[in-house]
This record gives sequence, C-alpha cells and structure tokens, in this order.
Amino acid sequence: MSDKKKKKLTPVQQEYQAFASQREPKRPVLANSIRAFIAGGIICTIGQFFQWIFMTFFDFTDVSAGNPTVAVMIILAVILTGLGVYDHIAQWGGGGSIVPVTGFANTLASAAIEHRSEGYVLGVGGNMFKIAGPVITFGVFAAFLIGTIAVILKALGGM
Amino acid sequence: MLQGQQTWVFPARPVIRAAAAVGGPFEARGNLAGDFDILHDDIWLGQESFEKAERKMLEEACTRAVEKAGIKKEDVHFFLSGDLINQIISSSFTARTLAIPFLGLFGACSSSMEGLALAAQLVDSNAAACVLAATSSHNGAVEKQFRYPTEYGAQKPPTAQWTVTGAGAAVVAREGEGPRVAAATIGKVVDMGLSDPYNLGAAMAPAAVETILAHFRDLGVGQAHYDLIITGDLGKVGHAIALNLLQMRGIQATPAQFKDCGILIYREDQPVIAGGSGCACSATVTYGHFLNRLRRGELNRILVVATGALLSPLSYQQKESIPCIAHAVAIEKS
Repeated sequence: MSDKKKKKLTPVQQEYQAFASQREPKRPVLANSIRAFIAGGIICTIGQFFQWIFMTFFDFTDVSAGNPTVAVMIILAVILTGLGVYDHIAQWGGGGSIVPVTGFANTLASAAIEHRSEGYVLGVGGNMFKIAGPVITFGVFAAFLIGTIAVILKALGGM
Repeated sequence: MLQGQQTWVFPARPVIRAAAAVGGPFEARGNLAGDFDILHDDIWLGQESFEKAERKMLEEACTRAVEKAGIKKEDVHFFLSGDLINQIISSSFTARTLAIPFLGLFGACSSSMEGLALAAQLVDSNAAACVLAATSSHNGAVEKQFRYPTEYGAQKPPTAQWTVTGAGAAVVAREGEGPRVAAATIGKVVDMGLSDPYNLGAAMAPAAVETILAHFRDLGVGQAHYDLIITGDLGKVGHAIALNLLQMRGIQATPAQFKDCGILIYREDQPVIAGGSGCACSATVTYGHFLNRLRRGELNRILVVATGALLSPLSYQQKESIPCIAHAVAIEKS
C-alpha cells in the first residue's frame, strides 16, 4: 500500500470508498463559510473597537494604532486559549477564528501549554512553533519570492 | 482450542471474576455514568501531565478489579495491557507499579478484547489460573500525540470522534463467579485504503464486519446466537456503514441487536461529534455497563467486537492508508 497508493487502490478498495463516502456526513461547507464570515467579522470588529480606543483616548494615528491593537488581540486570544475557550470558538467559527492574528496566537499558545510537561526548553521552546512553524517558513519564503519579483520589475523600469 | 480458521473456543469457560471501569469528567456526564466504578471530575487527576493522569486511571482500574475479585495482586499470574501512548508507557509503567508478570499489547483501540481473548486463552489452556487484562486511553494524551494540541482551534469534521478518558480492567480466572468467556475470534488486518484520521469509523467498519463474519463461520452460529453484538468504537458514521455492509453480506443487522460502545457512552447533546473512541471506549462500556447487565441477567450472551485503527502520527503524515483490526470475544451469563 505504501508506494503511490492512490493509483494502486484495488477495485475492492475503490468500491468500498465510494460506498463509505455516500454514508459519511460531508463537511457543511456553506454553513461553515457563513459561520467563518460571522466569527471573523466579530473578531475584526473587536479589533476595530480597540483601534478606535487607541486613536480616541491615546495619542495614536490610524497607522500607529495597528501595533497596540494587534498586541491586545493576541493577549485576548492567548487568555482564551489558556482558559480552554478558544478551541470551542474555533469549532464553531472555523476559518473565521483561524485566519485573524488571534488564530496564530492560539497555535503558539496551545502548543506551548500542551508541551509544558516536557520542560521549558525541549517542551515549550521546541514545540511552540510546531503548528505555527510552517506558516512562518512559507510566509518568509513567499515574501522573499514576491520581493525578488518586485526588485526585478523595478530594475526593468516597470514600477 | 482452535475452531475453524481463527477462533478459539474455551471449554473451561474462564470466568470474569471482577472488572472495573474508571472514567473522566466527560464520561461522568455521559449516558453510562452509573456503570463506572470510579469517576474523576478533573481531567488531570491532580497529575502534572495527561500521560501521568492516564497511568493513574489504569492503576486504579487494575487495583479496583483485583480488590473486587477478592484476591491479592500476588494471586494474579499475568498482566496483559495495551494503550495508545508511544511505546505503550501507560501499560508498562502500571505494570511496574503492580509488579505482576507483564505482557504488553498493542492493538490500538482493539487492545481491550485482544487482552481479554488472550487472558481467557491463557486460563483455558492452564497457562495461568488468574490473569488481569486492562487498557486505557486519555483524551488529552491521544489528541496531543495523534492530532493537535488540545486547546488548538482546528475545526473538526462531522466524522471526527472523541477519545474516551478512562481505563478498564478485568480479572479472568479459572474459578469463581461471574460472566464467562465462551469464545474469541482474532481478526485480520483490513485496509480499505482510507487515510483520513478524522474518519476512523469508516476505516474500521470493514474490519469489524470481517471479524463478525469469521466468528459466525468458525463457530457455525448465526446472529440469533447473541442478544447483542457490540462493536468497540465505530461511532455513528462507522456503525451505520458496518450495518449496511453486514446487510449486504446477508446478515439481518438491526440497530436493536447491533450496538456500538462509541455511540452508547455519551449523551446525544455532548459535543463528541460522531461518538466516542479510544481503548477505554470498548473497555469501560464492556467491563462496566455490559458485564453489569450480564450479571443482572438482562443479557444471556453478547459478542464484543473491539475495533482498532493501527495508524501512527508518522504513518499518516507519510500519506499511508490506515490498517484496521477487530477482535471479537463472546461473553455469557454465568
């Protein structure tokens, strides 16, 4: 089964998989999308609220208010993760709670909590980026790629 | 004694002298809370890690079962146990505490009936007078090892199952009072090429069906021989598929006679999605709920078919499919 298994499924296996997939509840994609829209919208509205506070009551512009707003959202997400609430929000909200910065904070905090029992260095330190690591790796790589393209375009006088 | 291709019958009819089921807070709010011997309201059990909490539950189940059997642990000749943690440390570390000669098993969630079948065989063949068979699983420890951190916000699909936090143990002996083990069928590994670890019910259903059919064939009996035929942890999705598969093979499989521990253990309103899973699922429901019903005389004869998905975190990341197994044990009223 190990090598190139998809192409080498026996007829019996293919038949069973078709049979089983008819009897499995599908992911409710439309409902999930609507809930993600609502959850993501609420999270962003809360962020907007903090940005408004920073701009109204403190000496921040709409640009400089970004950093403290993100910090507040991260702290909130980490607290909710520690209290065991964030995963329930995510089961309902799906992509809406994963995509904003709160989702990223949750991946770091949940992994750090989970691996606390293996110690601070090898446990927390070694596993904190277990789920967030790929996001950073491919994020940096994508930024490098786009940056390179931008530099070339500029050199050619395109921008 | 071998009968047919893969079934042992036990002429000595080994007796399950006592059994114990331990559960966590989620199980305490479930359907079968009354059938547990010990229930914990803290998922950590006051320990520093999920792994230590699981070990504590397994130790409690073993100690309680031995106590209930009215014997001392020195009277137990062998201890058979398996679990889901890497290198079955819950079992080995419990064996260290118990200091009973130990054989470690791994059959994933089928470890419960693998242990019971082997215990009955050891007793029946006079290799032992008294054997302790046990298994455990812990929701947090399993999620951590096989999936994501417990607090990570990933949305689970409707086919996902909830690992039972608990442990079950049974004392099987040559003499004594209690339900008796009549026969056991050892399953073959069945792999239908499914590879989604969030849909283990559908992956395991064919293994359960193969073992049930092999059991009927080897013993020359039909489904009417049993009051109930209970699968381990197929959940709602896998159980429905298994019933359909059995119907296609000419068995009149009805939800009244065919039950699933993963469906029975939790209430409908608990957020377990497709149902319970894990070694402790079949172990606690069988050793708690069903043995109680056999003792009360509500049931005469049951067949417990514990199902196991033999995947590892490594194998599914390497895109391997999920091999599955099921072991059946027939238990009768004394």
